[in-house]
Amino acid sequence: MRFVLKDDFLKKLREISKNYKVFVPVKKDYFHLFQELKDDILPDFSFFNTKLSPKSILFPQSERMFEYSLDKDDPDAYILKEAKKDFSPQIIVGIRPCDAHAFQIVKQNFDTPEYKDPWWTKRYSLTTFIGLACNSPRSSCFCLKVGGGPFSEKGLDAIMYDLGEGFLIKDITDKGRDFLDKIGGDEAKKEHLEKAEKLKKEAEEKIKVDLKIEDLLKRPVLSVFESDIWNSVSFPCITCGICTFLCPTCWCFDIQDEVYGKRGDRIRNWDSCMFPIFTLHASGYNPRGEKFRRVRQRFMHKLKYYPERYKKGIQCSGCGRCIMYCPTNMDIRRIINMLAEEKRNESISSLSCKD
Amino acid sequence: MEGYTEKIRQIAKRLFEEKRIDIFIGYEKGTNPFFPRPTLISDPQEVEKLIWNSNCGLNLCTYLTGRKERIGIVATGCVSRSIVNHIIENQIKREKIYIVGIPCKGIIDYRKVLRRIEGKEVLRIEEEGESFKVICDGFEERFKKEDFLQENCLSCTHPNPVIYDELVADPVTPRSERPVYKDVEEIEKKSPKEKRSYIEQAIEGCIRCYACRNVCPHCYCPTCFIDEKIPYFGKSIDFVDTLTFHIIRAMHLAGRCTDCGSCERVCPMGIPIRIFVKKLNKDAFELFSWQSGMSLEKGQLLSTYRRDDYDDFI
Repeated sequence: MRFVLKDDFLKKLREISKNYKVFVPVKKDYFHLFQELKDDILPDFSFFNTKLSPKSILFPQSERMFEYSLDKDDPDAYILKEAKKDFSPQIIVGIRPCDAHAFQIVKQNFDTPEYKDPWWTKRYSLTTFIGLACNSPRSSCFCLKVGGGPFSEKGLDAIMYDLGEGFLIKDITDKGRDFLDKIGGDEAKKEHLEKAEKLKKEAEEKIKVDLKIEDLLKRPVLSVFESDIWNSVSFPCITCGICTFLCPTCWCFDIQDEVYGKRGDRIRNWDSCMFPIFTLHASGYNPRGEKFRRVRQRFMHKLKYYPERYKKGIQCSGCGRCIMYCPTNMDIRRIINMLAEEKRNESISSLSCKD
Repeated sequence: MEGYTEKIRQIAKRLFEEKRIDIFIGYEKGTNPFFPRPTLISDPQEVEKLIWNSNCGLNLCTYLTGRKERIGIVATGCVSRSIVNHIIENQIKREKIYIVGIPCKGIIDYRKVLRRIEGKEVLRIEEEGESFKVICDGFEERFKKEDFLQENCLSCTHPNPVIYDELVADPVTPRSERPVYKDVEEIEKKSPKEKRSYIEQAIEGCIRCYACRNVCPHCYCPTCFIDEKIPYFGKSIDFVDTLTFHIIRAMHLAGRCTDCGSCERVCPMGIPIRIFVKKLNKDAFELFSWQSGMSLEKGQLLSTYRRDDYDDFI
């Protein structure tokens, strides 16, 4: 563990950015976003969290997968060729523990024993995750209730503690040690450790929300699917993509071919279960044409399908973005508790699926 | 405007008792003070949930599209104009809706507040007359509402509902000091190159979440052009793809937008979406003396024509 003053830290970061792509939180108007550190970019580590999650650093919103020629005279016509991609080694500095945890959730999907997403896994292996412990969680935060915490080390290579005048940095993996060697700094003192411990306690005490996740996990999946709440809770939702696009754990995408004259690109774009065309069949039939079915899908995936399939809790790291930025206040905490507290005759409804 | 809450509850209660309505659409308290939750009430016992305040900034007309019940709904000036558009575009029937009119004193621009308090988390907002108090964890400050209103409210010409069945308070006086289209004129002065760079910067952050489209009461097409397969429009976040979406959406709203500001309010990336359509509002006003949603008697600007039109291209 090392302690480094903030000015020195920034100087070292700028040096590191000559050999690595370094992503840092940057203030943009009234919010923050992760951006690549360049000479004219000033990182701001006194942030709450970035509005967009860092998921796009590994999983860009629009990515050219392949390219092809449609020119009959081209000997390679109609052959898919992998589009050029940037696989520079990269470091995300200042990622919050909730977002680092989220990468571990997304990993369940992109890196399985059967299937490996070539680009996500390659970028993941080239990325160093340097966390920044969260001294002041907000009222919308619930990381502690979903297997993480404001000082959690899950998914991190090193974690920094903001002690005011400087950062206390703890290495967790070899990648983290490598980063720490580059940063330098002094050996951490006892008072630094004590201060960090105190901050951790204070931060954890701020997360007070009562979430009945265990009760919800116990309910049969079909019973939750058939719940009476879906119609009424979905009323305010405008089925936009804010929650799913800002979510660090939503991983759905769509693949489109885009043709320009005699050449084309195969592109994958983020997609959202909130959009009607997400499930539109070629026949014209849409199993999730109605709003309540789409709203239900988002919550069922996060709260029932994912936990049942992977047995690793819910598909949510408790970052609270969907709560903070939803224009109609579709609050996932409220929906978890409504479902957990719902009284239904489980034994009957769990046997049949009307839908 | 918190003072309207009690009156709205009374009216909703009475409407249910008199069996004038089947459902009531308004706002309830949520967990984010800047975005109260739109709510549908079908049980008269639940009218106490209804609230009104200066953050009730989404256009509730969005929730009317295609509904068949008899509906009570709260409506400010701009919302009432969107309802007028819905009626003349045959999306709802006038006799099915009971409009509880809100003489609107303006909606708070949460971005202006967040800029002032440097991104602190707002836990509660308390209004008192012309000011409001922002309460954060270990911090509170009172602000003058006038300094924190949404831009569309600052140039609003119709704060009072243009159609209603009942008002919750006496009409307010429209503010007159500010030229309505000043912001559009600033952009019109730019050279084509400057305009392009303005638009490039404006839509740079767009994440194609379509919140602007979905919150807009006038965007009710069963399938939006952007979701069509033929012709295909790019769905990436490439500049041209994003621009295509914003420009065509704006064109679809020509002569229909009531400048309620919902699109800009919901945008997670703070894109100045209103300005694209406002340019068209300005054209409609200057070329045809047209303001959207002002009368049930006239058809829409771009879907009616006169045989004696003096332009020869028609």
